[in-house]
Amino acid sequence: MAEHIIELQNVTKYYDDNLVIDNVSFYVNKGEFITFLGPSGCGKTTTLRMIAGFDLPTSGKILLHGEDISRLPPNKRPVNTVFQRYALFPHFNVFENIAFGLKCKRVLNTYRNAQGEEYTKKERLSKKEIAEKVRKALEVVDLEGFEKRSISTLSGGQQQRVAIARAIVNEPEILLLDEPLGALDLKMRKEMQIELKEMHRRLGITFIYVTHDQEEALTMSDTIVVMSDGVVQQIGTPTKIYNEPANTFVADFIGESNIINGTMVSEKLVRFCGKNFVCLDEFETGEQVDVVVRPEDIAMCAPEQGTLVGRVISVVFKGIHYEITAQLGKYELVINSTESRKVGDIIGMKIAPDGIHLMKPKYTTNVFDGVITKHNTVEFADGEFECDVTQLYPGSHIDEEEYLITASGEKIDLTGVEVRVEVGLYDITISDDAEAGGTTGHIISIIYKGDHYRLIVRTEKEEEDFVFATDDLWNENDLVSVIIPKDKIKLSLKQTEEKKRLGGNEA
Amino acid sequence: MSTTVLILIIFGAALLLGAGALLAYRLVRGHMPHFTRKALGIPYAVFLIFFVIAPMLVILVYAFTDRNMHFSFANFVKFFSDPTKLSTIAYSIVIALITTAVCLLIAFPVAYILARSKMKKKYVILMLFVLPMWINFVLRINAIRELFNWIGLLGEANYFNTVFGMVYDFLPFMILPIYTTLMKIEESLYEASADLGAGAFTTFFRVTLPLSVPGVVSGVTMVFLPSMTNYVVSDMLGNSMVTIIGKFISEYFASDWHMGSMVALVLLIVVFVSTLLTGGFKSEENVRGANL
Repeated sequence: MAEHIIELQNVTKYYDDNLVIDNVSFYVNKGEFITFLGPSGCGKTTTLRMIAGFDLPTSGKILLHGEDISRLPPNKRPVNTVFQRYALFPHFNVFENIAFGLKCKRVLNTYRNAQGEEYTKKERLSKKEIAEKVRKALEVVDLEGFEKRSISTLSGGQQQRVAIARAIVNEPEILLLDEPLGALDLKMRKEMQIELKEMHRRLGITFIYVTHDQEEALTMSDTIVVMSDGVVQQIGTPTKIYNEPANTFVADFIGESNIINGTMVSEKLVRFCGKNFVCLDEFETGEQVDVVVRPEDIAMCAPEQGTLVGRVISVVFKGIHYEITAQLGKYELVINSTESRKVGDIIGMKIAPDGIHLMKPKYTTNVFDGVITKHNTVEFADGEFECDVTQLYPGSHIDEEEYLITASGEKIDLTGVEVRVEVGLYDITISDDAEAGGTTGHIISIIYKGDHYRLIVRTEKEEEDFVFATDDLWNENDLVSVIIPKDKIKLSLKQTEEKKRLGGNEA
Repeated sequence: MSTTVLILIIFGAALLLGAGALLAYRLVRGHMPHFTRKALGIPYAVFLIFFVIAPMLVILVYAFTDRNMHFSFANFVKFFSDPTKLSTIAYSIVIALITTAVCLLIAFPVAYILARSKMKKKYVILMLFVLPMWINFVLRINAIRELFNWIGLLGEANYFNTVFGMVYDFLPFMILPIYTTLMKIEESLYEASADLGAGAFTTFFRVTLPLSVPGVVSGVTMVFLPSMTNYVVSDMLGNSMVTIIGKFISEYFASDWHMGSMVALVLLIVVFVSTLLTGGFKSEENVRGANL
């Protein structure tokens, strides 16, 4: 088993009152190339900065070789950093920049005195040693003979190399790289990716790399730590993260994905987009799942041969493949294919079982997309429900004209506002009386769960599913109305990125 | 007075030339001029020629002529053969040097602490240091004079009083440029320094100080030069017992413009040389020298 060179134990970090790292624990193996990947603001840079020592964790421990270094200042840690915008010293030339760390260094030398006794002395490196080390570091980054050049005369790529040389010349145990290629153009970035990987192989030290570029992470890393909202979402090899994303966030962030809500029809049979699909993942029958299908895993075929049939609404040439978007009812699916189609073509689509990835939804409740109406009710799943819209803005209230007044006195017209509607599994009841509830649907599934039944009611037009628990026995295919008490409808404002992505309707 | 006439002529010519240039431009192009960068530069060029270069030439001419406007080295010889004049120059330089040094010693730590502190209200403190600049300086110097008078220092320690007044007067001019350059040093450079193993001390001397040189140089220039000529301070606080070069010039221009011009010319050369010296403060050793 590989040695854990760095280990984070329950690390939490607040900036002022903002939680940026939320109880993160993981370890880094000695010698590996590990990448922290995530969108901006996910806490990846903060994590790196805590390992470097620029930021101190609010709570939790950072262990280096099992020793707690969380409170150690940066200059006492055996790590070196390649900064995002290089942070080269503008008043020094290339040589002086690279030699900076070496000049700070004191090494323990052993001598023998006249009596033959050994003694050690802490000494600076000699000028000759420093010059030799700088020369070697410049060789590693392919900048031989650049010693005398001033920093301002170097191109971005060359400055990047000097920054790397300045860090590796100190022979750190861990090299930290904070989005080091972010400022380079695409071609240069690709070259540097390969070179960095090669450097990692040659130097044999641990690389901790931070990037928001998923392709970069997949290309270079041994291990990827996917982060979002200050939480580690998944840790694994690039292959594992791409092929078996742990949740919809990872699936969405790494590569392109179609994410659709589905329901388990039976063991290894999932229903989404109105059709049943054989899959490899096992979930309980009736369970709501998130279905992730990579665009390259959808095969196009003749309409009569396809499980799904849709109309092409856009075709984009991407160099190696075409990105085709097909519409089937309310769903949109993205397909990557080397074959092209014309907009308006009717195509069939097939998905092999290994192309279907199922994951437990983040929310184990009923989640719908809703729209607030004029009268502060919410429309979703073919129906209209009374709800408490003041929960969207803490401390707000409704005035006589049915406008929402926020705590700060701002007047908001909620008409047409899109919201996420959440209803708990135990907050739904049904009735024979079609007028009693907000919407109607047919019972499509009844599962006995030992002490209660789990029912799924599907609405007719939108085909939205309500999953809930009940003690009463109903019959399949009964038409019922769905009743949800006003205070049990949880509303939240929708985030735009979330909305854009989801092929279907529900989050 | 012929000189007054000369100045008026120069001023009038400048205005006419500027207006003429614009008019000519308009006639040639046949429409309102589309201002190129060159055209926009004309007023400044005219300004520089008539208000910077021409006056300097006038001073040069006056310095090397006698009362009959005949070429003469007499003023030059008179100045450099008069020990009181030479010692005044020396005094001026010494007072200016001490003022500059004291300002730097006070200003650098203040600017450094303010620039590096994460305090949210640091602008208020910076403002308090700069605020006196907004009050008429004659008033401020008068206030100090009264203060010194009250504690009985006036007339007792003339040189100390003069330097004190000058430091008080010029301190903001030292703090501001240093603060500005320190603020421009990216946080990542401090982090890089610590990352590479440097402690606070090494970081200060190898990163902070060298990178603040432009601010120090401009601060030194802005304090050193005025403190050689600002005779209002030396008059009022030095109890008229301290004579600096600026005082000389003003006295001569009351009677002998030719000698006054010569003194002004000598000052110009002193200033020029000292600017050259401060401009040369680029290598690390000299930086420490500048911090005294």
